Amino acid sequence: MRHVIVGAGPAGVVAADQLHKLDRDAEITLISGEAEPPYSRMAIPYYLVEQIGEEGTHLRKNPEHFSGHSTRVVHDHVESIDPGARSVALRDAGSMGYDQLLIATGGRPVKPPIPGVDRPEVHPCWTLADAREIIRLAQPGAKVVLIGAGFIGCIILEALASRKTELTVVEAENRMVPRMMDDTAGGMLRRWCESKGVSVRLQARVEAIEDGRAGHGAAVRLGDGQVLDADLVITAVGVQPNVEFLQGSGIDTDTGILVNRQLQTSVEGVFAAGDVAQGVDFSTGEYAVHAVQPTAADHARVAASNMAGRSQAFQGSVNMNVLDTLGLISSSFGLWMGKDGGDSAWVEDRDRFRYLNLQFEDDRIVGASALGLTDHVGVLRGLIQTRVKLGRWKERLKQDPTRLMEAYLASTRPIGYNAHVL
Amino acid sequence: MAMALQLEAEKCTGCLQCEMACSYENEGVFNPAKSRIKVFTFHEEGKFAPYTCTQCEEAWCMHACPVEAIVVDMATGAKNVLEDVCVGCKVCTIACPFGTVNYEPDSGKVIKCDLCGGDPWCAKACPTGAITYVDDSDTTYERMRAWAQQAPSAPARFNPPQPKSVQIFDRES
Repeated sequence: MRHVIVGAGPAGVVAADQLHKLDRDAEITLISGEAEPPYSRMAIPYYLVEQIGEEGTHLRKNPEHFSGHSTRVVHDHVESIDPGARSVALRDAGSMGYDQLLIATGGRPVKPPIPGVDRPEVHPCWTLADAREIIRLAQPGAKVVLIGAGFIGCIILEALASRKTELTVVEAENRMVPRMMDDTAGGMLRRWCESKGVSVRLQARVEAIEDGRAGHGAAVRLGDGQVLDADLVITAVGVQPNVEFLQGSGIDTDTGILVNRQLQTSVEGVFAAGDVAQGVDFSTGEYAVHAVQPTAADHARVAASNMAGRSQAFQGSVNMNVLDTLGLISSSFGLWMGKDGGDSAWVEDRDRFRYLNLQFEDDRIVGASALGLTDHVGVLRGLIQTRVKLGRWKERLKQDPTRLMEAYLASTRPIGYNAHVL
Repeated sequence: MAMALQLEAEKCTGCLQCEMACSYENEGVFNPAKSRIKVFTFHEEGKFAPYTCTQCEEAWCMHACPVEAIVVDMATGAKNVLEDVCVGCKVCTIACPFGTVNYEPDSGKVIKCDLCGGDPWCAKACPTGAITYVDDSDTTYERMRAWAQQAPSAPARFNPPQPKSVQIFDRES
């Protein structure tokens, strides 16, 4: 069986390993669009602070890993897919046939339509190549303007601050991480960043990136006319899935590649996984792109299993994320913004930067967000995913939302049998 | 012979010696906040429940790790965090649906139960036998019996509290 995997991020690598595990005779080709060995973008913030070297970002640390798993890593770009002929067209190496194809091409940063965005001082923070440029330009004392205070913007704040740069964050919306946090949590996050010396501009629009003044490489002009000096401008305004090469292939896409519970696309023999795939969200029943590592790994294992001829159904993913912004840890799960007709419970301590918000539908938790909470946060996923009926524990959680673990242990047999005891 | 932690909540008195032993053995301090096993308190019922990683087969934490920092200990079956590889990204802490992988801010890494390499200190420290490290096949039998005794379709909380031997683990024997 010839398996071709397009994309060498976590989804592609997990799928390759799983395919090898299920079928020792499989010939696996992993096509990477970048020059590096397969690596994890998740690890880039830790590379930026020099906590790890480049090899610390590699998804598999053993250089012999792939060859030992019947997996050939090819550095090339797929230009198109011909499902009828079961082949992909590569930019450098011509066409390559497959029996089963997995598309795990992930996403890429959106380039904001701002004049000057192609200047050499302007970079997204997405690839190892970007990270090298950021390290080069983010010298102590350098003025850095970060456009976008979303997840990626916030997660690299720490790195930029610890590199002793002078940092300004410019966000178009009215709060930080608007797609992960509500007003309360977003406001606390802003105060936290400002207390650490980061300048935060909300509801601010970047008009243009122009020639710099006074020895700085660039200048960022805002909508209100203010001009910010910049030695480095980082754009982090969102990501989009890499699907353009699918044109003409007959593969259906929406906000990502639509996949069924087997992770198969609308075309037989073609699967999709990871940040490019739009699969079932079990908290809503709808199809959504959940661009996080756990979902990518789950997708990959299910897709690989089906590619290897072992039918397996994906139970669905839930929107979730965890973020460390200059040491303040936040997380959000499922319908953190709530559901119509549902109710909520929350506890906050603004001075200590602590916040926990639970969203209920009937006596189930359907979403949650937390700030400054690091213990047992995973149980929020468990409660949402297993649709635990909380019964009288709902009222107790409304009194004290922090008793999540107790609610979980008392309301379920997570694996053991605590329900019989409590 | 595969071994597993057997947690019997009804024997727990909430003395927290397991947490002290765990934090001392693994972190070098007597500090329940750094313990990988946690005793949860149920004041209303007057009960306590020790709980920690079940070393589950699915190993959500391990599969979610972006840098291959969580590995299976072939001797014990435990999923261990390689401290020198972990970058502290915390993705495993949201991936584990049991909430048993925690970020430890002092080290900037995550911590989880590693069964102390096959000689768990929580079990040795427990004065009432609420935490024991036992042959997995014994507990499998108990678990099967527990399943057999309950009405399969009824929600868990409507089932009478019959089996008093409580395990919180799920591994192939």
